[in-house]
Amino acid sequence: MSAATDIKTLVINGQDVSARPDQTILDVARENGINIPTLCHLDGLTDVGACRLCLIEVKGQNKLFPACVTRVEEGMEVTTESERLAKHRRTILELLFAERNHICAVCVANGNCELQSLSQELGLTHVRLPYRNPELNVDASHERFTCDHNRCILCTRCVRVCAEIEGAHVWDVMGRGADCKVITDLETPWGDKNSSCTKCGKCVQVCPTGALYEKGKVGIEKPKHPEFLPYLNLMREAQ
Amino acid sequence: MTKTITIDPVTRLEGHGKITLELDKRGEVKTAHFHVTQVRGFEKFSEGRLFYEMPALMARICGICPVSHLIASAKACEAIMAVEIPHTAAQLRRMMNLAQMVQSHALSFFYLSSPDLLLGMDSEPTARHIFGVAASYPELGRAGIGLRRFGQHIIELLGEKRIHPGWIVPGGVTEPLSAEKRDEILKMIPEALAAVQLAIKSYKEITYRFEDEIAHFANFPSMFLGLINEDESVEFTDGALRLIDANGNVVADGITAKKFTEVMGEAVEPYSYTKFVYYKAFGYPEGCFRVGPLARLNIVKSMSTPLADAELRQFKQLENGPVRSSFHYHHARLIEMLHGVEKIEMILSDPLILDKHVRATAGVNRLEGAGQAEAPRGTLVHNYKVDENGKMTWANLMVATGLNNNAMNQGVLQAARFFVKDGKLSDGILNRIEAVIRTFDPCLSCSTHAFGKMPLLIELMDEDGLKVDEVRR
Repeated sequence: MSAATDIKTLVINGQDVSARPDQTILDVARENGINIPTLCHLDGLTDVGACRLCLIEVKGQNKLFPACVTRVEEGMEVTTESERLAKHRRTILELLFAERNHICAVCVANGNCELQSLSQELGLTHVRLPYRNPELNVDASHERFTCDHNRCILCTRCVRVCAEIEGAHVWDVMGRGADCKVITDLETPWGDKNSSCTKCGKCVQVCPTGALYEKGKVGIEKPKHPEFLPYLNLMREAQ
Repeated sequence: MTKTITIDPVTRLEGHGKITLELDKRGEVKTAHFHVTQVRGFEKFSEGRLFYEMPALMARICGICPVSHLIASAKACEAIMAVEIPHTAAQLRRMMNLAQMVQSHALSFFYLSSPDLLLGMDSEPTARHIFGVAASYPELGRAGIGLRRFGQHIIELLGEKRIHPGWIVPGGVTEPLSAEKRDEILKMIPEALAAVQLAIKSYKEITYRFEDEIAHFANFPSMFLGLINEDESVEFTDGALRLIDANGNVVADGITAKKFTEVMGEAVEPYSYTKFVYYKAFGYPEGCFRVGPLARLNIVKSMSTPLADAELRQFKQLENGPVRSSFHYHHARLIEMLHGVEKIEMILSDPLILDKHVRATAGVNRLEGAGQAEAPRGTLVHNYKVDENGKMTWANLMVATGLNNNAMNQGVLQAARFFVKDGKLSDGILNRIEAVIRTFDPCLSCSTHAFGKMPLLIELMDEDGLKVDEVRR
């Protein structure tokens, strides 16, 4: 099979684009300067399609597809912006805000939060759903970091970065539905003396909200640097 | 037949409050109460949060004096961390606190009280506001707005935001000062200085009109409490508290934040959500005192800046010994504004002011900490307890309005007894009773939203609670 036949051609928002068969719609769109909002996706980590913010429409298909885990197909006609998609995306954000206690004004990530930025970008002006106001724990047992479940959106970036990049797999997910939460080890305190945490801080750097953060740091100090991941992967592949 | 007069809400105040006056059968005022009618719950809902989030969280209590809460809270956190902050950080915080004092005093004097002072207590209510002042006294209107901008702009330059800047953190501040910002602040000084001098001159020219108010606006002997430096000069950010009696004798000195809760108690009255703070050794209510500009100027021997010092000497001549009339809070406020502008210039000439080391770091080294500062309206104390991980288990705040609560209630009663005669009401009389509260510049909640068009309703009730008369403004 020649290299030329490996190239798929498709249309995104009326724009003709070409892609390798192993690429996702999100990859191709971003390569071509087309923005698709995401929350759980992070360059350098495996995609899980958890947040559903990157949903797109494909001509001839009634259902919506998450762009981060949908591979390109020859002749696809993709739409990334429509009234229907905007409505779905805003609703997803509203559900996230209603689910836990996101108090931007006093959050350590205020002004430096992907959930907050995305809400502004997508024009979320208010939440129509009643807030659940759950009583959730703050795990401050770790000597360097804090886990505040009030701000967690269950994107699982921490779980993936710890398992895939650090190789420690300290983080995991337990529970179902509204009881779902991220845990360290077998739901033991993060700072437990037998904890498998290596204190590398990668989970803190990739957390999109104020759920994981360095102790003593506040939002104004812009403490997170998730951009290190692709570089880290690149250097490892080169070895 | 007894009557109850209710003034609800009290206008041109920071927050929501109401006043009730009870008249006896002869129409004389029997009792008077100033009620603070809202519950905020900050002490409770901060439990479980990390202690270093407290400054930003507590600053949300108030949109006018967030810097005072930031400082008192950060100092309480530093007591928990057991650290001393770098010199430059302390100076920068001091500057932000002074900037806030200038803007808050400008708000109190020009926006809230100058309509009464310049246009008259009995002037037409529909024009008795800052725009009315600006129309009749354009220069003073401009000065007031200019001084507020001066203070707010410095806060913004230092902390990126005018309200609730996140720049003050436990251990110091997040960003050092740049030379450009320093120069920008220095450029604003001359105009601010001219504005506050104009205000002082104008104020002195009109005080003769207020003889009755000076004599009956919370004019009584009381103790006074405020921060003071070791050299007996005025202080807003560091130093320790001194309590003096009505004759100027020192009752207690060197009261640190840690010691504050040992010597001060809090009483609760059924008619108000604000607590009443008193000096434990004298009991309640005998141990009550006044705080704020009047108290601070009564306590100190100098302002540590030349122009304000000259004004302080004149202020001390107002009465023999500590100044007792709360009407003079206005005068004290203006002198503090002058001091604030001068002191900011002095701080900026500190050779270390641009130093980059502005933060100390530490974890939890003590399980309890307290911090105190002078808010524009008086002493403010934050007291926290944490667990070994730094999670808040308990918080207690003693704010200026609580410290002044007893004096305000006494003041309302005194003014009501003098101005309300035979149960007769007029707009001017009610405005005077509200104006007593305004002299204290209490901060009842968190913002200026009470200013403006809020309706004032006064109802006269008979013994059976039936309405016999009503005045609507």
